This record gives sequence, C-alpha cells and structure tokens, in this order.
Amino acid sequence: MNIQEYFSLVFNDYTLRTITLGTAVLGAICGMLGSFAVLRKQSLLGDAISHAALPGIAIAFLITGAKNSNTLLIGALVSGLIGAYWIRGITKNTHLKSDTALGLILSLFFGFGMLLLTFIQKMPNSNQAGLDKYLFGQAATLIESDVWLMCIVTAISLVVVLLFWKEFKLLLFDADYTKSLGYNTQFLDLLITALIVLAIVIGLQTVGVILMSAMLLAPAAAARQWTNSLGVMIFLAAIFGALSGVLGTAVSASSNNLSTGPVIVLIAAVFVVFSFIFSPGRGLLFKEIRYWKNRNDLQLHKTLAFMHNIAKTHENISHPHSIKILNNFQGYTKKSLKKLEGKMYITVNGSMWAMTQEGYDAAANLYNQHNNND
Amino acid sequence: MTSAQIEIQLIASLVAMACAIPGTFLVLRKMAMISDAISHSILPGIVVGFFLTEDLNSPWLILLAALTGLITVFLVEFIQKTGLVKEDTAIGLVFPALFSIGVILIAKNANDVHLDIDAVLLGELAFAPFDRLLLNGADLGPKSLWVIGAILVLTVALLFTFFKELKLSTFDKGLATSLGFSPVIMHYSLMGVASVTTVGAFDAVGAILVVALMIAPAAMAYLLTNDLKKMLLLSVIFGVVSAITGYWIAHWLDASIAGSMTSVLGILFLLVYLFAPSKGLISVLYRQKRQKVEVHLLTFLLHLQNHEEESERHVKHLNEHINWREVRSKSVLDLASKNNMIVIEDQIISLTPKGKEFTSEAIKYIMTNKSSAIEEMKDRFFLFRG
Amino acid sequence: MKQNIAITVDDLTVAYNYKPVLWDIDLAIPEGVLMAIVGPNGAGKSTLIKSILDIIKPIAGSVKIFDKSYKEQHKLVAYVPQKGSVDWDFPTTALDVVMMGTYGSLGWIKRPGQKQKKEALEALEKVGMLEFKSRQISQLSGGQQQRIFLARALVQKASIYLMDEPFQGVDATTEKAIINILKELRKAGKTVIVVHHDLQTVPEYFDWVTFLNVKKIATGPVKDIFNDDNLTKTYGINYKVSVQQ
Repeated sequence: MNIQEYFSLVFNDYTLRTITLGTAVLGAICGMLGSFAVLRKQSLLGDAISHAALPGIAIAFLITGAKNSNTLLIGALVSGLIGAYWIRGITKNTHLKSDTALGLILSLFFGFGMLLLTFIQKMPNSNQAGLDKYLFGQAATLIESDVWLMCIVTAISLVVVLLFWKEFKLLLFDADYTKSLGYNTQFLDLLITALIVLAIVIGLQTVGVILMSAMLLAPAAAARQWTNSLGVMIFLAAIFGALSGVLGTAVSASSNNLSTGPVIVLIAAVFVVFSFIFSPGRGLLFKEIRYWKNRNDLQLHKTLAFMHNIAKTHENISHPHSIKILNNFQGYTKKSLKKLEGKMYITVNGSMWAMTQEGYDAAANLYNQHNNND
Repeated sequence: MTSAQIEIQLIASLVAMACAIPGTFLVLRKMAMISDAISHSILPGIVVGFFLTEDLNSPWLILLAALTGLITVFLVEFIQKTGLVKEDTAIGLVFPALFSIGVILIAKNANDVHLDIDAVLLGELAFAPFDRLLLNGADLGPKSLWVIGAILVLTVALLFTFFKELKLSTFDKGLATSLGFSPVIMHYSLMGVASVTTVGAFDAVGAILVVALMIAPAAMAYLLTNDLKKMLLLSVIFGVVSAITGYWIAHWLDASIAGSMTSVLGILFLLVYLFAPSKGLISVLYRQKRQKVEVHLLTFLLHLQNHEEESERHVKHLNEHINWREVRSKSVLDLASKNNMIVIEDQIISLTPKGKEFTSEAIKYIMTNKSSAIEEMKDRFFLFRG
Repeated sequence: MKQNIAITVDDLTVAYNYKPVLWDIDLAIPEGVLMAIVGPNGAGKSTLIKSILDIIKPIAGSVKIFDKSYKEQHKLVAYVPQKGSVDWDFPTTALDVVMMGTYGSLGWIKRPGQKQKKEALEALEKVGMLEFKSRQISQLSGGQQQRIFLARALVQKASIYLMDEPFQGVDATTEKAIINILKELRKAGKTVIVVHHDLQTVPEYFDWVTFLNVKKIATGPVKDIFNDDNLTKTYGINYKVSVQQ
C-alpha cells in the first residue's frame, strides 16, 4: 500500500478510518496542551513523565494480565505521576538541580520498565506481544474504544481550556500577578499539569514513551513562530499536531516494519524546521534579509552623512563637489551614489555631485535621530 | 563463574566507570539533560557508521557517532541562540528528531543491519564476549572490552591532565576565563568525551540507559559529598557496584542486564535520597522542622527586644498579634525558657541577659546578610535544639 | 487631620528556607501617600511587597488592608511586578496585557467584554501607549513595557498601588511620565507604594519613605526622616546624599 492508496482507503476502510481519526485527535490535543508546556518552560518534564510511564504499563500487565489498553494506561498514569512527583521532591528537598532530577527519573524509571519488559517476554505462555508497541508506538493497534477515549479526553481538555482560558493565560504570563488578583494559582497549576499528563498517557500507544515528548513540543514550537496571539498559537499547534499525526500514520502504514512514533516525530520536525526558517515575523530567513537591508541602509546613511558634512562647509548647500573626494571614504560605491540619486537626495552631473535640499534635511534628520536614541 | 561471565562483568564495570567520570561534571554543570540528548541523537551516527564499517566496534564508527553527538550540542546551542524557542525546548526538539531518523534507518534496512530496536534500547552486553579481537590468530579478549577500556584510559588521562582546569571552569567560569582557560574549549572537550563515552557504552547498555549510568552515580555522590575528588571516586564506586549487582540480578531473573543495572541504580538512588547523612530527605525534613521552630524562636525573641511595652510582651499577644496558633506559641515559649532566654512573670515575658545577648548578635548577623553565622551561634547559645 | 491607615503591617516576619529575610516589621501606611521603600540589595523590599499582596506567606505577623485581610480586599489593590519577572516573548499584545488588569474584578470564568476593552484602551492612552496597542510585547522597549505594566495596574481602578522597581531600565522620558501619573494618583487620594533605587530622586518624587534593611529602620514623611542618619543606618556605610529640600 502506498500513501495515495492509504488516503483513498481512509474513507471506506473501517480500520484505517479509526486509526486516522485517532492520530488526528491525538495530534490536536498534544498540540494544544503542548503549547502550555512550552510556555511554562516545562518542555522536558513531558519527556520524563512519558519515560516514567513504562514501568507502570509493565506492572499493570503483570498484575492483571490484561491486554486491554485502558487498564495499562491507568498503570502508565500512576507511574508517570509518581515520576513527576519524585522530580518535584528531588528539586525541592535536595540541592540536585532540575536537569539532574529529570534525567534521573527518566532513565531510572525507563530502565526499570525495560527490565520488567524483558522479564515479561521470557515468561512462559504469556501473550506479551502487545507491550512492545508502547516503546515506539503502533497506531495500527488502535481500536475504536481507544479512539473514543482520546475523543473524550480531548473534549474534556477543550472544555476546561475554554472555561479557564482567561485564568490560564494570566497564569502562564505572570503567576505572581495572578495570585495578587485573588486567583488560586495552585488549583490552576494542578489543572494544567493534570491535562498535560493525561495527554501524554493517551498518546503512548500511538507515539510511544520514548518520543512522546516531541509530540507535545514540536507542534507548539512550530506554531509559536507564525503568530503573536496565544489563541492562534494553540489553534495552529493543534492543526500541526493533527497533520503530523495523520501524515505520520499514513507513511508508517504504507511501509512495513515502521513504528508510528518516529515517523510522526519526523514530520512534526519538518513543520518546526520550515517554521523556523520561513515564518515571516520571526523566521531566520527573513531575519537575515532584514539584517542585510539594515546593513545596506546603514552604508547609505554613512555616505549621506559624509556628504552632509562636506555640503555644510559651503553656504550654498547645493554647491557641486567632485566625486573624487568621496574616494577615500569607505562607504562610497557607484551603486550607493545611484541609490542616493534615485532618492533625490543628490544630483550627479558628470564627475560632480551636489546635495539637494531634501538630502540635506534627511541627513540632518539622521543626526537628530541618532542623538535621541542615546 | 565462567570466563564469559567474568568478561561481561568486567565490561559492565568499565562502562560504568567511563560514564561516571564525565557524568559527574555534567551534573555539576547542570547539563544532565544534554547527556540525554547526546545518547539519543548518536543513533543515526551509529547506523550510518555501521553501513560504512559493518563493525560496531570500529574506531571509525565511534568517531563518526561521537561527531553526531557534538553536532547535537551545536544544534541545540544554535537554536537557543536564535531565541525562537526557550532553552529546554531546543533540547526537546533536537534529540527526538535525530533519534527518529536513526530508528527509521534501522527499520528500513532491517535486513542489512544487525542492529535491532532492542539492541538500541538495551545494548547487547550478553553477547559481547562472542565478538573477539583476534590479532594474528591470537585471542586478545572481547572487542568491546578493548574499546571501552581505551575510552576509559583516555578519559582518566584527560581527567588527570586537566583536573585543575576542569574544576575551575566548573565552579567558577569567570575566574577560569580571567586565568586564560577558555570555558568554551573546556565545554566542547567535555561534550566530546561525553559523546565518545556514550557511543562506547551504547553497545553495552543502549541509548537511554547510558543516561542512567552517567547521571545516577554522580547524583548519589553529590548527595553524599561536596568534594570533587570524593565525588568522582564515589560515583565510580556506585557505578561498578550497580554493574556487578545488576549483572547477577539479571542472571537470576533471566532478564536484560542493562535494565537490571539501571534498576539497581534506582534502588541505590532511592536509598541515598532517603538516608544521605546531611542532604538526604529524612535529614532535610528533620532539619527543616528544627529550623522552623528555631526561626520562630528567633522571631519571638526579636519581637521582645523590639518592644519594651508590657502589652506587647503579654503571653496572649503571641496568639493575637504574631498570628500563631496556641501549639506553636507554647512550643516556642517552652524552648525559650528551657534555653534560659526568657522569664515569665504574671504572663509577662522578659528577655534574660543571655536572651538579650543572643538577640543582639542575631540582629547583627541578619542585617549584614550573614545568615549562615546564625547556625554557628545557635550551637553556642542553645542547650536544647528545636 | 486624622488620616485613614491603608496598610497595616504587624510584627511581620518572613523567612526563605528558614533563613530570615524580613524581621518583625511594623508599618502603618496612611492613605493617600506616595511612598518609596528604599534599602540595599537583599534588604527584603520585594519580599515586603509580596507579603502585603499575600503572594508570600509570613511565618509570623499579619497584614491588613483597610483593616481587613488581603483576601477580602484584593480588589482594592493593584500590583506592578518587576519587569524582569515575566517572559516578554509570551505570545500576546500590549492591549491584551492591559486587559489582564480587569480580570481581578471579573472573577472566575467570566470573560472580559466591550466595557473592559474600553477601560484598557483608556489606560493605554493615559500612559501614552495607545498607538502600540496591537504591538507584540517583545517588540516594545523597556520603558514601553513598564508603561504597559503601569496601564495594567491603572485598569484595576484600585485604592492602593504596589510597584516593584517601576523605574528599572526605563528612559528618562518614561520615568517622568510614570512619576507624573503616580502623582496624579496621589492627588486622587490613592495610596502608592514604590520600591525605589535612586536615592537622589526620593525627595523630588515622594512624600513618604520607608527605610528597610531586613528590619524596618524608619518610616515617615520624607521631609522629616530622609536624612544621612537614617541612610547610614540602612546602608551600613557612612552614606551621604545631597538632599535638596
């Protein structure tokens, strides 16, 4: 099956439709809540939580023997929360810094989870094949009830975000001020964290514990480049997330042996790179262009200022001077002379130039501006 | 023990030692997450290197993959400099993308590459003794033993040569620069060593668990000592202990060696976190409780010194004005009396000469921002601690 | 004339990690003053403001706003935090930030409407920033950002204004503009409390001053207590400042 076939089948094939809907919804909620994580400067917390979820999945399997994903997700939720709580404990009670705490919990929980997974794999007659998908994600294993769960979580998150929109925005921008206005910031904090953790947990089956954090960050980081409004940013992040999810699933479904997680993450990364380079307001390309333009303007201003100094010495400012005297001045080129003529700042007559009143005023203005900025 | 078992434990121990040394500096420089980024993003380097050399232990592969690690560091720093996203987001964006490329490369070439996803995550320590270094037909031992041994020797040599510079640039960047050691060179050298070590260890314990071997021993050591040399020594010991214990537990459970080593590290860390003598959770909570009572005592004594009028010194005032509950007021009063700081007559509290002396000294220290001196003062004045 | 007391601070002690930051502070700030809080770095100036705002919990003592707790009176108090305390790259516009000033009176869940927008625009005009209302906040200069923060506080229509270093990193024009607005507020009977660094300008800008260095050194009218003696007590060294009165 190639990608075109995939999309032609999406509308008819029940399984494909379920999977596609699931990844789209998942991408949307991750983009939405990931924006909060990014703006709260908690980008890496998601990484730690998702890795920390692995032993929970394994333990839930060991206890219940269930392959039912909802049971396993509760295990993931519990151990993810224990991980998050322990990170807070480490940074609060010891002098270890947050980066160390994150790295510790992430790797130790994950290692323990891997120990349990290899242990389960060696267990006699246990049908353990399902657990591997939680490492890198396997969207193909999504069933209708999984998608329902995603939809419900997304709907709840959406309602909460819309309801507390004003409060969330306030908290994200200025927590102390939020407190001073009489809001209970602890409650808001808890609400945001709970939503983010929920989004991580429901994404594990599709994207996997290892790459889940990128699913939160990448759409938000890409969306931030296109807008200066929080609402638009979250909306765009949801769209980018959904597109990454759907395209990633399509690509991985159309080739053998590919987990969905890495493909979705790579597509999200393409969105990020594109946004970093081409966004009109903040993108690197336009920044570079603006930089060159400013540099050229600066050169031109330098030349004009130099001419202004010469013209000042004469009573008649439009007295012609020889172009030669500009030669030992670095800012001077034939091109810049043409440009200045085009702006009607000077007139050029053979090997002589003369300043116009307009050019004189413009140059004088430059001085004033410069002094004001100091 | 068979010779294969001994070799595995030897390799595991060397890996743990080689990781602990750069790990200590990463933890001290608050760059632990960079090791996470490096360990993930060397994967594409390893895969490409494997296509070219077809040998996981080839030095070329190690150099190529280590280069990918350095590129990650550059890339993260480049993104941070553009200011388009916050610092930690830059890390969080770069390594999943590179890791994904590696995973996809492996999956796409599953038939040509003897690397599978399990090996990426857990390493292949159990098979390490089978890949032997043969020189003119003579068996010189497992290849990975030589690789990780060489990396360890290199790391230790660098550590001894540049110990002073490393120490200085870790604890006082400003001074290091003014003395002419470039922190930038130090930074990238450390990143380089971390990358090479990660690649060398990758074979044994896999991508993510390298992070545990780098960070956990160093974090434990940091909870036990502040002395850099002791810290390095302790983290090496913790690493080796967990390597050997982990091996035997894995042997007994018939499960992954790397996963079991990490789990031992986890249990050790939990123990150190709880019981470390002065920085562990229990002693921190105990100290906090004591400091809390003592700071209340100080507050109370200062209040007495500030206010001559009897109404401010009435026992009841404690509850009403200072806003304390009865229990707290009582415990503070008891502590103050026990230490002969106050006398209570007719519900009116007065400072004793000793109380006055203590308070004046405390104020002096507080005003000059020398709060740490107060701890020493408490030792001198207190008969009973809070 | 007997003045009302706007803020009563009673035996306030605050500690960070059980290290003392503020000790046994008693203050009674009369209504309608324009007061500077001065003191060296680490003297606890911001901590005092945050304790009054109930952002930091004290270990002893209490704060009353017009004789009631902050919780009951929070609508009467406006706060201008330090400019550096927020992320100016946050995706929002100047008008949006000023609108946040109306959130306190709106309460939970209710959204700002036309009325709130009008108030925000008025405040923007007052600080001379109306033309920048749609500007992304990172594209504003330091002085403009401070004006936005001031406008956000003005929108709160409070009786008490607490400001943490509003003159930090602003140009001379903005400083003048801000102080004029503060003086206007005082004229309207509001109480304004400012953490201030520039000792030279204290007599010119303020009518009331509190010297703080972990303990309260002195508080009262500038003309009575702003002298070398109190400055020396506060800053520890023999401090001389040419006080023009």
